[in-house]
Amino acid sequence: MNYTFLLYSDPTKFADMTAEDWAREKEVYGAYIGALQAAGVFVGTDWLQPTSTATTVSMENGTARIQGGPFAETVETLGGYFIIDVPDLDAAIAWAEKCPAAQYGKVEIRASAMGGA
Amino acid sequence: MQGGGLTSALTTEARVAQVARASYGRLIGILAARGSDIATAEDALSDALHQALTTWPEAGIPDRPEAWLIRVARNRMTDAHRRALKTHPIPIEEHDLAMEPSSPSLPADPRLALMFVCAHPAIGHSARTPLMLQAVLGFTAADIARAYVASPAALSKTLTRAKARIKANNIAFALPEPQDRPARLGEVIEAIYGCYALVWTQGPEADSIQREAVFLADLLATEMPDDPEVLGLSALLAFLHSRRDARQVAGHYVPLSEQDTARWDHGLIHAADARLKQAFALGAPGRFQIEAAIQAVHAARAQTGQTDWQALLALYTGLVHLAPTLGAEVGRAMVAGQVHGAQAGLAALDALSPAHVARFQPYWATRAHLLSEAGQPAAAEEAYRSAISLTHEAPARAFLMAARARLQN
Repeated sequence: MNYTFLLYSDPTKFADMTAEDWAREKEVYGAYIGALQAAGVFVGTDWLQPTSTATTVSMENGTARIQGGPFAETVETLGGYFIIDVPDLDAAIAWAEKCPAAQYGKVEIRASAMGGA
Repeated sequence: MQGGGLTSALTTEARVAQVARASYGRLIGILAARGSDIATAEDALSDALHQALTTWPEAGIPDRPEAWLIRVARNRMTDAHRRALKTHPIPIEEHDLAMEPSSPSLPADPRLALMFVCAHPAIGHSARTPLMLQAVLGFTAADIARAYVASPAALSKTLTRAKARIKANNIAFALPEPQDRPARLGEVIEAIYGCYALVWTQGPEADSIQREAVFLADLLATEMPDDPEVLGLSALLAFLHSRRDARQVAGHYVPLSEQDTARWDHGLIHAADARLKQAFALGAPGRFQIEAAIQAVHAARAQTGQTDWQALLALYTGLVHLAPTLGAEVGRAMVAGQVHGAQAGLAALDALSPAHVARFQPYWATRAHLLSEAGQPAAAEEAYRSAISLTHEAPARAFLMAARARLQN
């Protein structure tokens, strides 16, 4: 079963980070990804550009409405995600507890609704 | 030829590194004590070490390098203080340290007070272990984050906040009053244990943090030889660390009772045994002493060639009585399975609350093993599946997958 971890955090907390800081951050996420891969449960991940760069698309009366910015302004924003393939929610929770994002933000776990995974 | 100069520069650099590692916590403890300010002390010590690197190669290494570093760091702190206040200058104090090699009249090692500060009740639980690693041993936030797979940025913020709390609340750099000591010491013991136990990756940082955790426990035991649990912690970590080279072979985790005893560190085992005897002589058993005693029984296999499961069962029963953690309960069930048969072990596991064990990997690994011993391969297969899904380290996973594969034969 695929589970998606949605990683929410407050970007203002990381506003003062240098390129070196980000490199260290990526290294730790690299270790986490490595552990997921070694366990054979890794499906995918991405680290997203800030919500200020978002483009939101909706169709209104047959016309595309394209807006700059996120669909909703919130303090904690979606900063990235992981998709992992594990047997059940307990296994997903156990991996989410190890996710670095759980220490400074929130990890929302959502099971796949596509079925037949 | 530049060779001579280069060699002497390297030697000095190595000497600075050596003084820094050996003295880091002591110097931070001394520098931070007066103003309860670890962050300023760290900056000042870092400046002083930098200055040592630039001046020692030419001027020579001072007779008492620690006293030199303290003096320079103190001057830096006074300068910084003066700049911050922007008032009339504060005279630089003559440094008032007794930096002689240890003599009986010297007060306790300043690292001891620093450990109590790091594990102070005003500091959040999750900050205590990393704070100790940084303030007492000089590990950087990035090193600690790597060993624990934590966000370095978030960890830095946690550490900065903790240091700010220490300063704002003027937390004393002193040993707690005797009536507060047992509770406070318990927190210090937990934090040091965390240095060892929280590590979950292999790598140079993890190895060095675990080695230093053994050192911290040893330091605490040397300074407080009258506390049986402190001695118990020191023995426990030494026993655990003695098996660092035997825990895995060719990428596979090796369970304790199957480890090659020739790969154990027998010197460390000897030291751990001595510490444990010292603890028991004080006549007040506790959780860490019993955990150490359990490890001592396993360690005895190096001499006797066998494991005394009866003794282990008695110790685990005592441990469950004294500190009923899930880990202790599962450990007792495993040993009960060895002594009284797999069914007895399974019965002990069945008595645990399903809600508590759902994500507890040792429960599922133990259950799988006992079910397989009890001749229930289908149920064992199910339990191995759960155990594997909850296992985050590759060697343990490889071990469990091999055990599951053997079920089919």
